[in-house]
Amino acid sequence: MGLQLERDFLNEMTWMALVFHLSRKVTSLVPESCLLILLGLVLGGIVLAVAKKAEYQLEPGTFFLFLLPPIVLDSGYFMPSRLFFDNLGAILTYAVVGTLWNAFTTGAALWGLQQAGLVAPRVQAGLLDFLLFGSLISAVDPVAVLAVFEEVHVNETLFIIVFGESLLNDAVTVVLYKVCNSFVEMGSANVQATDYLKGVASLFVVSLGGAAVGLVFAFLLALTTRFTKRVRIIEPLLVFLLAYAAYLTAEMASLSAILAVTMCGLGCKKYVEANISHKSRTTVKYTMKTLASCAETVIFMLLGISAVDSSKWAWDSGLVLGTLIFILFFRALGVVLQTWVLNQFRLIPLDKIDQVVMSYGGLRGAVAFALVILLDRTKVPAKDYFVATTIVVVFFTVIVQGLTIKPLVKWLKVKRSEHHKPTLNQELHEHTFDHILAAVEDVVGHHGYHYWRDRWEQFDKKYLSQLLMRRSAYRIRDQIWDVYYRLNIRDAISFVDQGGHVLSSTGLTLPSMPSRNSVAETSVTNLLRESGSGACLDLQVIDTVRSGRDREDAVMHHLLCGGLYKPRRRYKASCSRHFISDDAQERQDKEVFQQNMKRRLESFKSTKHNICFTKSKPRPRKTGRRKDGVANAEATNGKPRDLGFQDTAAVILTVESEEEEEESDSSETEKEDDEGIIFVARATSEVLQEGKVSGSLEVCPSPRIIPPSPTCAEKELPWKSGQGDLAVYVSSETTKIVPVDMQTGWNQSMSSLESLASPPCNQAPTLTCLPPHPRGAEEPQAPLYPPSDPRPSFAFPPSLAKAGRSHSESSADLPQQQELQPLMGHKNHTHLSPGTANSHWCIQFNRGSRL
Amino acid sequence: MGSRSSHAAVIPDVDSIRRETGFSQASLIRLHHRFRALDRNKKGYLSRIDLQQIGALAVNPLGDRIIESFFPNGSQQVDFPGFVRVLAHFRPVEDEDTDLDPKKPEPLNSRRNKLHYAFQLYDLDRDGKISRHEMLQVLRLMVGVQVTEEQLENIADRTVQEADEDGDGAVSFLEFTKSLEKMDVEQKMSIRILK
Repeated sequence: MGLQLERDFLNEMTWMALVFHLSRKVTSLVPESCLLILLGLVLGGIVLAVAKKAEYQLEPGTFFLFLLPPIVLDSGYFMPSRLFFDNLGAILTYAVVGTLWNAFTTGAALWGLQQAGLVAPRVQAGLLDFLLFGSLISAVDPVAVLAVFEEVHVNETLFIIVFGESLLNDAVTVVLYKVCNSFVEMGSANVQATDYLKGVASLFVVSLGGAAVGLVFAFLLALTTRFTKRVRIIEPLLVFLLAYAAYLTAEMASLSAILAVTMCGLGCKKYVEANISHKSRTTVKYTMKTLASCAETVIFMLLGISAVDSSKWAWDSGLVLGTLIFILFFRALGVVLQTWVLNQFRLIPLDKIDQVVMSYGGLRGAVAFALVILLDRTKVPAKDYFVATTIVVVFFTVIVQGLTIKPLVKWLKVKRSEHHKPTLNQELHEHTFDHILAAVEDVVGHHGYHYWRDRWEQFDKKYLSQLLMRRSAYRIRDQIWDVYYRLNIRDAISFVDQGGHVLSSTGLTLPSMPSRNSVAETSVTNLLRESGSGACLDLQVIDTVRSGRDREDAVMHHLLCGGLYKPRRRYKASCSRHFISDDAQERQDKEVFQQNMKRRLESFKSTKHNICFTKSKPRPRKTGRRKDGVANAEATNGKPRDLGFQDTAAVILTVESEEEEEESDSSETEKEDDEGIIFVARATSEVLQEGKVSGSLEVCPSPRIIPPSPTCAEKELPWKSGQGDLAVYVSSETTKIVPVDMQTGWNQSMSSLESLASPPCNQAPTLTCLPPHPRGAEEPQAPLYPPSDPRPSFAFPPSLAKAGRSHSESSADLPQQQELQPLMGHKNHTHLSPGTANSHWCIQFNRGSRL
Repeated sequence: MGSRSSHAAVIPDVDSIRRETGFSQASLIRLHHRFRALDRNKKGYLSRIDLQQIGALAVNPLGDRIIESFFPNGSQQVDFPGFVRVLAHFRPVEDEDTDLDPKKPEPLNSRRNKLHYAFQLYDLDRDGKISRHEMLQVLRLMVGVQVTEEQLENIADRTVQEADEDGDGAVSFLEFTKSLEKMDVEQKMSIRILK
């Protein structure tokens, strides 16, 4: 089979899948997996008609080596771990006991059916053959379950139980399959008692061994990423390579490879996410999702195509019908029995409706198909019948059950997953509850789940995290802190989303506060939240994930990167994984806008609520500046050299660029190799305010008011157009704050600054930039003021406050902080004393902004 | 049940305790056993020291506060009914608990009481409100050293603001309840073995 041909074919299929994505109406009713299978059938039919023989098959080798691993890795990596471990008992029971039960009962019942003469005699199979068939047909398939359940949105507990079962039962399936297969090959007469024992033992070896392999690789992976600070580019590669290595290793050792990858993803995520850079996280996330959904698409298509090949299968109605009925019946029976037992131990019992969904959600899929194809026809004479039956079962479960499960869930009123935003209170109290429960278990003297979880967390904190996390990352990992950080970012973004109407103080309700969430909760925040939590249950649909439990620390970063860089308006809730990113340029534009607004919000809040942002603050200035410095093509490369004229630099403050955002936490920032923004201050006089403020001033309003031509404003600004105002600062050495990042314009004019040296100019900006000032100046200048101006002027206090804050945070006792504080305190008075130059400045500014 | 009831006879007032706490006989026996094990020198009551002996409590950030909750109003000792009464907050909510007639007092394991237990761990001065200062203290216990004091203060501010609806700068019990209304408190504040 030509490789080239195959590649073309895959391309075509991917393209077809895209078409499906576009027709939302169809897919809202019919799960994608069904459509893909049907499409595969059609395509296979065409190929068969043209080529007279079936060209493409779902090859077991391809399936197990290339198609399955990405899906499993994705689901393991983004598994909501807390939820998973909370329900581990139930998951394991269903996975182990349930699968064994299904395999044996189905196999035995089919054999009984044959004995009863309901299966045609040409199906030559004994008890062992039927058990073999039962073992491969009994396992719930992770791919199918994911594909169907992600569109159903049942509550998380139910989902995690079904999905966890489908992942973990792989070990059981593999063992059963191999044991039965070897028994069949040996011939039933030669099987001895010790062989059964070996079979049981191998169950433990395969499952525990697979999990161990996964954990070892998770450890290696976490450890490796700790040392990739200088080679960020290989981080995503490492994640994929080592996870795949885990899969291959387990496969080679005949251990459960699915379990290995699941455990690897589950185990490494926390540490890896903390270690790798922000961009790598994004890359890992989207690459993983993309690979997984590609693989899934291909699997379902190939399933459809393979089914056409009639040379491989032989039909027997009795066998097919019997199998269908038995797997449904025994699945239901098994679920009911196990649930009854489990409910004796569960805090929240699984009710009847849950059981119905669990029974009905037992979908079979490509794993079963691949396994049945792997059978040896010489040893298993009934292989063709089994193949046909498997195809029917897979098609039935994926298509019929997949189609009906959604209405069923609706009709039964199954508790849906509800997504609520995490609030600080919830996060904090949840931690409190955990601690309380652990303590109460101590008091009661019962070492239960909470006790062990508490123990594990302590161990993790003491040793594992220390060992596996980069020091800087470890320091800022705290869930409460993370939630706080995320909330701030979200508020900021929804503030931006409100656009202009935020001037009044009522506009500043914090949207994350549960009680007043209605207004501000507009599309972006919703999207943000949802896409940010892509962590969770769903394999593919990045932005329709519903999970309230994904507050694991690493998710914050998804939210962050997903959020800050996402173009807002392009996103509709109905979009699917295929709309991941937009044009980079567009994104940048939006980013500038968002970040500017965000900065204002932050600082507005920090003045109002005394909240400050340590991490995100310095960045916007830089990017914003870069953006609107487009016309001043002077670029930023002159930056570091600005240091040169700072003979007595009192403060050097380095702010990492955005890609190091996790490192840029407050004063303990670990200096990375990225370009830094350097603020240099020689704080001697209050004029130092000027440079800072003017810088932020010009960044702040320009992209907002006059987005198309921000530089007009700059040209009008005195320190730009006047060409000489700055000379004062340089030559007379009064001001030494040079926020270098903002000073592309500065650099530009540095050469020609020398002419103007008027002291009023020094003073003027100091005063004018103070927050209420422009408004005060508005009265004398009233006619000049365009109506849109109050907003930009409104934004000044924030930038001021923030500038002050940033310094105070980064180095505790900066001289200018003391100077800043009184100024901030008195800002209400300052506008009462406008100097002459002050008005001059104002005029210019107004003109600029009006332009 | 013969041996059990003879066991239960050791517990004074077993019936009234059962009625009050809703614990099953078996749970009460187990708890009584534990109570006597904790009571090192057979005083018949527990002192703070007895509880502080429990190793794992020492590393629990809220350990001291939880111990304190066993000793209401500054008393120095807790007897078995008092001990069980505190633990009864963590009994899982069962179906029969929900349809109690309104005349009876609210069971100790109701959502409200569970929340109230948590609330009073925050509210150290017992003024019915979690002040910013109290929130900060809890945060300091809960959040690792890696977050600076200033950041902690910001978080505390934000947390209080988030829950504070009447703008008094503190979280009342009502506001506390509201901030958690979406959370499955019944589940998160229950321990299965305490049926």
